[in-house]
Amino acid sequence: MKHLTKFWFVLFALCVSAAALAEADIKVSSPGITALKQSMHARHVQLRPYLDSGAVGLTADGMFALRDAGKVPLAQRQEVNAMVAAENQDRSALYAEISNANGHPEWQAEIRSTFAQRWIEHAHPGWWVQSGGAWKQK
Amino acid sequence: MKNVWIPLTFAAFVLNACVTINIYFPAAAAEKAADKIIDEVWQTQKDDKAAPKANESRTAVPNTKKEEAK
Repeated sequence: MKHLTKFWFVLFALCVSAAALAEADIKVSSPGITALKQSMHARHVQLRPYLDSGAVGLTADGMFALRDAGKVPLAQRQEVNAMVAAENQDRSALYAEISNANGHPEWQAEIRSTFAQRWIEHAHPGWWVQSGGAWKQK
Repeated sequence: MKNVWIPLTFAAFVLNACVTINIYFPAAAAEKAADKIIDEVWQTQKDDKAAPKANESRTAVPNTKKEEAK
């Protein structure tokens, strides 16, 4: 009986440590993720002025949105719209890629909401972010 | 009979812990991962200066190779 209790205790301890190890890591390196990061960085350089002016904002679901089209000159409006659409496509792909790279495609929604919070947290002062359905300037 | 329940409870607990490993979403690790990626995508000025240099050297390599091939 004593031995059996010991056995269960050891097994329990092993499982707990395994759980701790398994929980400690999220993989962020795969060829797909690297390519998406590069493409998003290149686009960020172009989109930055529109973030600064408040034409583009960060949504609560981890995306970009054209918040105030009036702040973009008519000639560039189509281009900015296309960039926002392309950025959102990359972001969706990034969330899917991270969950797939970690072997848990079902984590996509949680990864998206984690990113949404962190993008907003990292947003520069003056940028517009969505919180509780309303736009707010950081 | 009572003695049977102690290991059984343990067994149920252990099984539960083992199953949770693969289902539970690691929120803290995900936040760290997100921060790392966001930093890279919204690079600060220091990195901005380093990035073009890396690109120049990348484009320079194929050019020299082409010349050698000719």
